[in-house]
Amino acid sequence: MKPLAAVGRAALALLAVIGRVALFAASSLSHLVRPPFYFREFGHALLTIGWFSLPVVGLTTLFTGGALALQIYSGGSRFNAEAVVPSIVAIGMVRELGPVLTGLMVAGRVAAAIAAEIGTMRVTEQIDALATLSTNPMKYLTVPRVLAATLALPVLAAVGDAIGIMGGYLVGVTRLDFNAAAYMTNTIDFLETGDVVSGLVKAAVFGFIVALMGCYHGMNSGRGARGVGRATTNAVVSASILILASNYLLTELFFSA
Amino acid sequence: MIEVRGLFKRFGANEVLRGVDVTVPKGQSLVVIGGSGTGKSILLKCILGLERPDAGTIRVAGEDARRSDREAYLARFGMLFQGGALFDSMPVWQNVAFRLMRGRGRLKRAEARSVAVDKLRRVGLGPEVADLYPAELSGGMQKRVGLARAIAAEPDIIFFDEPTTGLDPIMAGVINDLIREIVVEMGATAVTITHDMSSVRAIADRVAMLHAGKVRWEGPVDEVDSAPDPYLRQFVEGSADGPIPAVR
Ligand SMILES: Nc1ncnc2c1ncn2[C@@H]1O[C@H](COP(=O)(O)OP(=O)(O)OP(=O)(O)O)[C@@H](O)[C@H]1O
Ligand SMILES: [Mg+2]
Repeated sequence: MKPLAAVGRAALALLAVIGRVALFAASSLSHLVRPPFYFREFGHALLTIGWFSLPVVGLTTLFTGGALALQIYSGGSRFNAEAVVPSIVAIGMVRELGPVLTGLMVAGRVAAAIAAEIGTMRVTEQIDALATLSTNPMKYLTVPRVLAATLALPVLAAVGDAIGIMGGYLVGVTRLDFNAAAYMTNTIDFLETGDVVSGLVKAAVFGFIVALMGCYHGMNSGRGARGVGRATTNAVVSASILILASNYLLTELFFSA
Repeated sequence: MIEVRGLFKRFGANEVLRGVDVTVPKGQSLVVIGGSGTGKSILLKCILGLERPDAGTIRVAGEDARRSDREAYLARFGMLFQGGALFDSMPVWQNVAFRLMRGRGRLKRAEARSVAVDKLRRVGLGPEVADLYPAELSGGMQKRVGLARAIAAEPDIIFFDEPTTGLDPIMAGVINDLIREIVVEMGATAVTITHDMSSVRAIADRVAMLHAGKVRWEGPVDEVDSAPDPYLRQFVEGSADGPIPAVR
């Protein structure tokens, strides 16, 4: 009976966590549509989540686009299909790698920072202080960050898509002897609106996940420096896993039809 | 004004509050004393709804704390946290003016700033402090900024959790006078936690002593020195010998 009980306990604990996260998400959405709104906090969150993530996202997608071009070239050459490089790089970047890499990089950067910041505020009673100053911590801390991340990630992913395609282009033109103009037309002709839009929708979902995980773990941080450290780790790990899991589900949704 | 009845609060096996009853009439100043770790801070947090009590009722001006609208309920309180709890992402003056710049009837930035500078002056801090960040202040200065923030919006009820710990004797005297003044002039209801008997004598109308999860002694401040209760005697005299064990 013992192992069965352990499995049952773990399952119950998991369900409890899912329930708490769902409640947290519902609460942040309900605060999103009720005033007051903290525009200054929102602007600040937009800046730190969106603008300051640009270098990380740009570099990641640039190198990945380049590597992708090399891989597809070497794979394609096995059945004389080297010409697919531009279109596969474009589709791979826009549908899959752009949003996922952006999501994961931002998860590392932003979910950690949010969890550490809010966790420290929790531990030093700043969250309690907010409440006594007639400010709802969900509205003041969670809503601006979740909204900013949800809006910023599609933009970041779009920039990442473009830079990734450029990485492929640079490698294609300089290393693989593609004609520059032909590479460009190939890329543009093959891409469909649906490819781009589905990627951006994914990115928005990832942005929501990243900020939500950062805020959730920060708000529920344990006591002391250890509590904050654990909250930060949990935020990054759970955001990353949720991004990859939801990426699969969204891909099924968009492309199974 | 504040009525606490049969308040219980435990953390795991640690039963911190075991049936606390206190009443603070409107416009009065209650000082809560008691050994370290007896649950004084937790008592205030329960009244504010920051900790959920396991049992008991809390009424403020006749309203049940749990039933009334939380934001309206909290709007009448000001609180100085034991650790200061200053927002470290914003400069001192914005900490002090935090509530003034938000919500209904908010002040313009410049106005809020001048109110903040004025409150800072009342806690003995000059205008040059206004633009520093909390991390750039000493512990005692942070405490005083927390005090300025607690009184900035002129709330009806103010809680001070160890307002004079970490202050030099002169500054402690200034703060004691300030708290007394807030109660007498603004008519505020105050609950202060302190370990400092000179603060008790300066601030209190009534004194309550927490021990073993209950109010051990409660009475007017001028009876503190004559009351026969051995626990109170030991605490007031600061003696290691007595019914309160030194290792807790
Ligand atoms: N979040 C918490 N989790 C677990 N235990 C807690 C928590 N907060 C307080 N306690 C426990 O409750 C007890 C009372 O804490 P409290 O902070 O109210 O003490 P206090 O009377 O204010 O002491 P001091 O004079 O040292 O500030 C302590 O034993 C403490 O360990
Ligand atoms: Mg305390």
